[in-house]
Amino acid sequence: MSSLEQMYQQVIMDHARAGHGRGLKDPGLIHVGESHQVNTTCGDEIRLRVGLDGDTVSSVSWEGQGCSISQASVSVLSELVEGESLATAEETMEAFRELMQSKGEPLDDDREDLLGDATAFVGVGKYPARIKCAMLGWSAFKDAVIRAGKDQA
Amino acid sequence: MHLPDLRADFPLLTRTVRNGKDLVYLDSGATSQRPQAVLDAVRDFEERHNGAVARGAHLLAEEATGLFEAARSSVATLVGASFDEIVWTENATAAINLVASGIGNASAGIGGEEAALFRIGPGDEICVTETEHHANLVPWQQLAIRTGATLRWIPVDDLGRLILDDLDTLVTERTKVLAFTHVSNVTGVISPVATLVARAKAVGALTVLDACQSVPHLPVDVKDLDVDFAAFSGHKMLGPTGIGALYGRKDLLDALPPSIFGGGAVTVVSMDSTAWHEAPTRFEAGTQPVAQAVGMGAAAEYLMELGMESVEAHEREIGHLLRQGVAEIPGVRLLGPVGSADERDVIGLAAFVVDGVHPHDVGQLLDDRGVAVRVGHHCAQPLHRRFGVTGSTRASAHVYTTPADAEAFLSALAEVPAFFGVSV
Repeated sequence: MSSLEQMYQQVIMDHARAGHGRGLKDPGLIHVGESHQVNTTCGDEIRLRVGLDGDTVSSVSWEGQGCSISQASVSVLSELVEGESLATAEETMEAFRELMQSKGEPLDDDREDLLGDATAFVGVGKYPARIKCAMLGWSAFKDAVIRAGKDQA
Repeated sequence: MHLPDLRADFPLLTRTVRNGKDLVYLDSGATSQRPQAVLDAVRDFEERHNGAVARGAHLLAEEATGLFEAARSSVATLVGASFDEIVWTENATAAINLVASGIGNASAGIGGEEAALFRIGPGDEICVTETEHHANLVPWQQLAIRTGATLRWIPVDDLGRLILDDLDTLVTERTKVLAFTHVSNVTGVISPVATLVARAKAVGALTVLDACQSVPHLPVDVKDLDVDFAAFSGHKMLGPTGIGALYGRKDLLDALPPSIFGGGAVTVVSMDSTAWHEAPTRFEAGTQPVAQAVGMGAAAEYLMELGMESVEAHEREIGHLLRQGVAEIPGVRLLGPVGSADERDVIGLAAFVVDGVHPHDVGQLLDDRGVAVRVGHHCAQPLHRRFGVTGSTRASAHVYTTPADAEAFLSALAEVPAFFGVSV
């Protein structure tokens, strides 16, 4: 598999098309946070909304447009963290960040289990210019969670 | 072809990329590669002539000053200016900001009565165009905010050409500055400079030309064009980064207040006032990027040796190959007109959108095939918005670009829709 094929694995292309979580939802909860992130190099944008129910990430939804890497990444993220505890979501986020910094090397089994479909993004780490694309949705998620927390306080 | 194959002059072009593939460099609109002559000039300066310019009394200071000023003369000759009408700047962005900030300073009273002609304020207008690079939009937009003047702009049609129907109502007696690009960095469309300058002159507005995409690619004579200011960068014209130039009519440069204040630019300083040097020295406070200026001078000499008419003919031809080729690929939309191979309407580059495939993804596949292009909004967000897209992919040529480069690019581009599962 060439580096290019490794980056654009079928699971990534499928997620880019499927767009899980697309369309902002009203979570019907008190603790809601929203974040708007822009990739300044290409102008891609995402608006992502998180609804927290106690310690559970009960709702993740977003709208925006971007390249297949950024779209697939936020789709995977939505599937991975919705319904999980905040602690698990944060661990997953950290594992994904490490995957992006691994220069194309796979992570250990524990973290790969946590990442599920997101392990397919391993090839992105070989292309520093694309890490930002893959991180766009995750950055929005992180920020939205913080804002939801502030909402709480 | 109108130019010989120049690849041998450019050491970088001989390297390979991505698993040993030959490099097809089509990102010259962002930054060009440098010929050996430029690399040698910079190295020779650093190894043999480095000294403090216009400050020392020793031999090295003399040689460095001589080379620094000779480089200025070379750049001046390239654009048909007098040597004292060329100000060194960090890049073209800095050159445009120098004019905008100077006008802002004049409006705040700096520079006294001799700078009064630059003053603008509420009721006055600054006019730009919808096709501008952010570097020739944001400084004017911010100057308008700072001074209370109003920003207006000339719109473009669906092919990115300026719509001049309402020129007389957009550029009026209220207009103090008309700033516009010579060549669009997205469409390659060449602006109708003569028409714009004539209108500006009729109403007494200053003209500021963004010449970043013209000076490296076609003959530019600032006196023929009759603009008041023109900005261009070294690194897009085969020179180093960190150096650019501002052309300004001498009488205007001598009256425009500086916006970077410091040593070297002044004649008499007291504790409460300062008198500035004549131009260009008044704008060159602090130690300058001397080796880079020498490199830019060498780049100007290299281009003049090729002959700018030949350069233009070459790039018109390559640009046409790129645009026509792009327009013929199913599922790909060219931004701007295909244009003609021999008319002076559009030059040197092709920006396009592949239906259903993001520019980043297009660029990634091309990169895998050894083809370097630019992806994104190319610092021209309003123009992309006008075209109904966020970004595009751009292939841009220079003197070293060959028809084989264009073919390699087009055949890689033709693979894109299928690779990303888009049916055309």
